[in-house]
Amino acid sequence: MFDFLEGYDLLGAFWVTVQLTVYSAIGSLVWGTLLAAMRVSPVPVMRGFAAVYVNLMRNTPLTIVILFTSLGLNQTLGVTLAGGDQDSVLFRLAVLGLIAYTATFVCESLRAGINTVPMGQAEAARALGLSFPQVLALVVLPQAFRAVVAPLTNVLIALTKNTTVAATIGVAEAALLMKEMIEVESDAIFLVFSVFAFGFVVLTLPMGLLLGWVAKRVAVKR
Amino acid sequence: MSNLSVLYDTPGPRARRRNHLYTVLFLVAFAALMWWVLDVMASKHQLDADKWSPFVEDSRVWTTYLLPGLAETLKAAVLAILIALPLGAALGIGRLSDHRWVRVPAGVVVEFFRAIPVLMLMLFANQAYAEFGNLAFDIRPLYAVVTGLVLYNSSVIAEIVRAGILALPHGQTDAAKAIGMRKGQIMTVVLLPQAVTAMLPALVSQLVVIVKDTALGGALLGFPDLFSQVQEITANYGANNIAAITVVALIYIGLNYLLTSFAGWLERRLRRAKKSTGAVLAADATDQLETLGTESVVMTERPTDRDREA
Repeated sequence: MFDFLEGYDLLGAFWVTVQLTVYSAIGSLVWGTLLAAMRVSPVPVMRGFAAVYVNLMRNTPLTIVILFTSLGLNQTLGVTLAGGDQDSVLFRLAVLGLIAYTATFVCESLRAGINTVPMGQAEAARALGLSFPQVLALVVLPQAFRAVVAPLTNVLIALTKNTTVAATIGVAEAALLMKEMIEVESDAIFLVFSVFAFGFVVLTLPMGLLLGWVAKRVAVKR
Repeated sequence: MSNLSVLYDTPGPRARRRNHLYTVLFLVAFAALMWWVLDVMASKHQLDADKWSPFVEDSRVWTTYLLPGLAETLKAAVLAILIALPLGAALGIGRLSDHRWVRVPAGVVVEFFRAIPVLMLMLFANQAYAEFGNLAFDIRPLYAVVTGLVLYNSSVIAEIVRAGILALPHGQTDAAKAIGMRKGQIMTVVLLPQAVTAMLPALVSQLVVIVKDTALGGALLGFPDLFSQVQEITANYGANNIAAITVVALIYIGLNYLLTSFAGWLERRLRRAKKSTGAVLAADATDQLETLGTESVVMTERPTDRDREA
């Protein structure tokens, strides 16, 4: 029944999907946190920059962002991000695009998380003489992170599904393989689709359950 | 902590000087980055006037490419929301049913289609239509795009509807039961009208997601939407990749920004109006909703009786 799978590197394609997800998740967590810090900082120019960046990027289709990294950055401007063969260049460009896009959602979640920290805590921290970076890094952000594990899980799961968009610039991940298989094995398209659908359920379901459990454990009870 | 300036003191003379320093440093860094980008762009002839001038001087760019593309994008988005709305409402109400045989299948359908990437749904629909349907070749991409969008977004809308109904105070149902209403009446006369108002902002912002996702069809299925016009324009007006992508992206941003602002305005307005029970689904509820779980649904509501019991 599943002999149509022979000759295709199914696990390899999903492995690329996993790698895209992991690298982009780490990158967007870092960049998203920086953006969130800028959005609440006392320097108006930084606040403005972060707000404009988030609003522009959030309203752009991810497809456009990914296409820009390939067509604009790579082919037109010759950016290769440390070079290597075409496959690894495309992979890194896709990660770059995914980070630029996903970071805005991380930033917005974190900002909502900052809002859950009671005002008195920041006031107390200021009264102790802590500076803004200290208030943010020692008092507010640690609690904000614990409050936003659940929203961040959703961002992470959305990111996992969004990695399929990398297929549009030819990164050999799951969606590209599915496109190829669905055309070649056209007599088994339901089976092909089921296999890939199952793959994504396997990727996202444990992630949601595990992080849902973590979210319940670390949430600050108020 | 909705007033974020609580994070720092009102700047005194030293803090103000420090802030000015940071401002200058940030601007210098930003300017340096911009300078580098523009420098690279200029050296690759991407800033030449003839790469950008078509968009302001040649009206044919707009009439042959951009506007028809935008029309296709809007067509797919509007069709998708019109079909997904009733379907999603039915699924959402189905998940709240008292009957196990309705509740469980509706739940399975919703969770399944939310777990699959939209792109895969579109690819599958496209090939399925090619194999089993007898659609004309040029209309198939539209069908595939709308099918993919409907399958995914009706399950998201189902969750919005469910969240909207669950956000209503339980007293509403109790009162309706007390005056002898039947289950169907409670749903259609009491709960749904209020839930629809509560979820309007979330629905409008779901439109943004739909508009953005239509671009997938343009990238992989040959759907002649706004996104696919990038290639058409670069093919006809010289290799002006960056100019074309910028203009197309700006159109998407403008359109979606309008929708986002409208959703935010609607949310504030509904929250101000005291007529309802006060349950409003936040405009960005769908970002949170986009995938799993019901606990994570963002609801802004007054504590209900059920919450107090819990």
